[in-house]
Amino acid sequence: MKSSVITFPGSNCDRDMDVALKKFGFKNKMVWHNDAELPKSDLIVLPGGFSYGDYLRCGSMASKSKIMKSVINFANSGGMVMGICNGFQILVETGLVPGVLLRNKYLEFICKNVFVKINNKTNRYFNNIKNNVLEFHIAHNEGNYFCTQDQLKEIEDNDQVAINYCDENGKVEEHYNPNGSIKNIAGIFNKEKNVLGMMPHPERMIDNCLSGEDGSIFFNNLINNLK
Amino acid sequence: MIVNEQVAIDHGLKRDEYTKICELLKRTPNITELGIFSAMWNEHCSYKSSRLHLKKLPTKGKKVIQGPGENAGVIDIEDNDAIVFKIESHNHPSFIEPYQGAATGVGGIMRDVFTMGARPIANLNSIHFGSPQHKKTKNLLRGVVHGIGGYGNCMGVPTVAGQTSFDSSYNGNILVNAMTLGLVRKDKIFYSKAAGLNKPVIYVGSKTGRDGIHGASMASASFDDKIEEKKPTVQVGDPFTEKLLLEACLELMAGDSIIAIQDMGAAGLTSSSIEMASKGNLGIEIYLNKVPCRESKMSPYEIMLSESQERMLIVLENGKEKQAKKIFDKWNLDFAVIGKTTNSKKIQLYFDEEMVADIPVNTLVENSPMYDRKWKKAKLPKKNKIKKEDLKNFKIIDVLKKILANPNICSKEWIWQQYDHTVMGDTIQKPGGDAGVVRVHGTNKAVAASVDSSAVYCWAHPLTGGKQVVCESFRNLISVGAKPIAITNCLNFGSPENEENMGEFVECVQGIGEASEYLKFPVVSGNVSFYNQTKDKGIKPTPAIGGVGLIKDYNKMITMDFKEINNVVLVIGKTEGHLDQTLFARNILDEKNGPPPEINLFNEKNNGETLLKLIESNLIKSAHDVSLGGIVTAVAKMCIKGKKGINLNKPKYLINEMEYFFSEDQGRYIIEVGKKDLKKVTDILNKNAVHFDELGTINENELYIDDKTKVTIDELASSNTKWFLNYMGN
Repeated sequence: MKSSVITFPGSNCDRDMDVALKKFGFKNKMVWHNDAELPKSDLIVLPGGFSYGDYLRCGSMASKSKIMKSVINFANSGGMVMGICNGFQILVETGLVPGVLLRNKYLEFICKNVFVKINNKTNRYFNNIKNNVLEFHIAHNEGNYFCTQDQLKEIEDNDQVAINYCDENGKVEEHYNPNGSIKNIAGIFNKEKNVLGMMPHPERMIDNCLSGEDGSIFFNNLINNLK
Repeated sequence: MIVNEQVAIDHGLKRDEYTKICELLKRTPNITELGIFSAMWNEHCSYKSSRLHLKKLPTKGKKVIQGPGENAGVIDIEDNDAIVFKIESHNHPSFIEPYQGAATGVGGIMRDVFTMGARPIANLNSIHFGSPQHKKTKNLLRGVVHGIGGYGNCMGVPTVAGQTSFDSSYNGNILVNAMTLGLVRKDKIFYSKAAGLNKPVIYVGSKTGRDGIHGASMASASFDDKIEEKKPTVQVGDPFTEKLLLEACLELMAGDSIIAIQDMGAAGLTSSSIEMASKGNLGIEIYLNKVPCRESKMSPYEIMLSESQERMLIVLENGKEKQAKKIFDKWNLDFAVIGKTTNSKKIQLYFDEEMVADIPVNTLVENSPMYDRKWKKAKLPKKNKIKKEDLKNFKIIDVLKKILANPNICSKEWIWQQYDHTVMGDTIQKPGGDAGVVRVHGTNKAVAASVDSSAVYCWAHPLTGGKQVVCESFRNLISVGAKPIAITNCLNFGSPENEENMGEFVECVQGIGEASEYLKFPVVSGNVSFYNQTKDKGIKPTPAIGGVGLIKDYNKMITMDFKEINNVVLVIGKTEGHLDQTLFARNILDEKNGPPPEINLFNEKNNGETLLKLIESNLIKSAHDVSLGGIVTAVAKMCIKGKKGINLNKPKYLINEMEYFFSEDQGRYIIEVGKKDLKKVTDILNKNAVHFDELGTINENELYIDDKTKVTIDELASSNTKWFLNYMGN
């Protein structure tokens, strides 16, 4: 399986994603934001970081990068595109997934482990994962997912919510919401479920001696689903 | 502007220093030249009050590749890998403008590290605030934490450890010390020594603006009532540009075009150009019109003294300019050839075709003032006689809960959750333990780092305090299973012109030197921050020690959380019952006098090295050094972290149980051992003449003391976490 990770000026989880993808068998290429063409890929990843220093609005300038035209075309033709953290922020700026990401409710950067409940498994990202709850890791300042009531209805009608913040048993309650996201939303799909944006970083959870190993479950499953 | 003595004094120079400048130049300097002298000769850049004493520190060792004098120290961690590290203060600016002050402190220290060719892999910090009740403390704390996070998080470098304390002596002068570790191949280390004639001098990074002019001079003076007016001397940081600068520099460094490279930190273009020329025994010619400026009509004086951030000066090989420019263009950074190296041994500046400065380099560096300041030796205070009857009124559990909730002991999770501590995917020990640990990417090795200071001990007796901080750093590294290699120090003191403050400095440095010599834990880099003083009142002496150690196989790293029920818990090192200057004496008994605990360097070394052997033999399940709050506090923290309890028994000693549990005798560790390994462990301890007491066994979730009194771990955990959350209001 071939993957590509896009590096924007200010990306800082691009290497971590490269390490993770390779660990689980992807042949990964790093792609510079100023390139026009994407290499042939089964998966495109927009990594975390602070593209363009988060200036103007998180993700907004990166969403206008040269390479993003190709990424948007790729997504619109059914290609798998995953945005993590700042990558999620870029995805909402392109309109590939609905909604916006506001500053965290307590106005502070948060770096910690969280539990997320998988809301929808009928897609190539989460299909076949046995667990209903995964322990992931977040590190962000603007992860407070927000959308209008109409958008929310549409998202729910189309089953576009990918994961919600929850406790270790999968209970989705305000108490387990780290950043104020509407309905504890931690990640969403586009309508077709080939584009996934999420705040948590599975690439930081791929080794027992790091924060945990549930990221390994995610990546192992992902590459098998793409085969 | 005409330069005279008064203008010089307004620049922070002393009368006799101005006279010396005129003598060295054999004429009156012009305003640009005076500005350059004032920047190079201030305390911050010239170390004029400290140099004499710093020379006494041990700086060499088998593992030392580069000691003090470069942008940062470098140590060997085998397999052609090296670690570049340094700690630096940003105290004065952080008090004036906490967010930018702290942010640019972090930015500055990272630049020092990647200037040497190393990719930063871990950040640490040591931050000290006034009394929690002081009206400024909360905002300063919030601003500093946001600033540190804002810069480090954006750079994508994990902040893996730190230290926070509160003491009223910092009410008017907070301390913000930032430390960075970087990883470099041993054969790709870059230095700041220029070499060769007519080599192009290149300016890269951000444009030069009017910010931070006289920053280094501001940091070389005490505060008075007008500190608000000093805001314009604080630099403004842009971590995004620094991230680009980091990537661009590392890309350029992969080739062979750089002769020398130096970041523009304190005193900006002035100190960077002079340092490169001085080390290379060369001259430098700079055409100031070529310097990329953010604002129009900047004068030579402003260009030379600006402390705008995220800038670097490079001496390139001839003919490599095009290739280098391509890299900086790719990263959207300024790149300008602004001058060349010469054989004049002078710094010569041109502006609008006119020469605006012409100064022999040695007058700025070797001839800079050096003072043998008067200092007063501190007496060892008399021991307090605390009556045993007075101790009887206290209940251990109540005292323990109070101590766990003390601002200087309580959980600092509120702080470190705001720092990205997991980016780069190699953090295997997060903040909140004895030391932060990161893997050396792609290898089985890991590097441990911690930062420590003990202002109360240093204040009570500077010589002992100086030794203690080094020992504590040593212990924190051992506690995670790392072999201590070297240290960096950030020496925060009051005014060197005050004999008592100067005495504190001299004796702390002596203590640091003695301990680091004995423990073979040399000082490879550092920074001095004097004048942490408002009007006549200086801070408690606060040398911060950043220690770095190596774990050869990261699978052998250990953490402090108790692991398994029924395992046995021991304390290594002798408990004498020293209560003076302990958290218990100062905060519970309200007794502020007396000497700090004694340091026995033989025991420190022997206990530490023996424990390290035990850890390397996989015989230890968890470990934690005993520091503030004594044995019971250390044990309680291990319980909280591991969500386990313990049946704790005081051995049949002559000393009182309060003395046993709350004393802060040095050289001690708490360790957890499996039952089947107990005999092996005690045999090794006995063989090495290491004193130990058996404290008890681990249980499910309660702390029992001598089977008489108990408390649940949940209750202790809540005491430990609630203070900070209540204080910060969320």
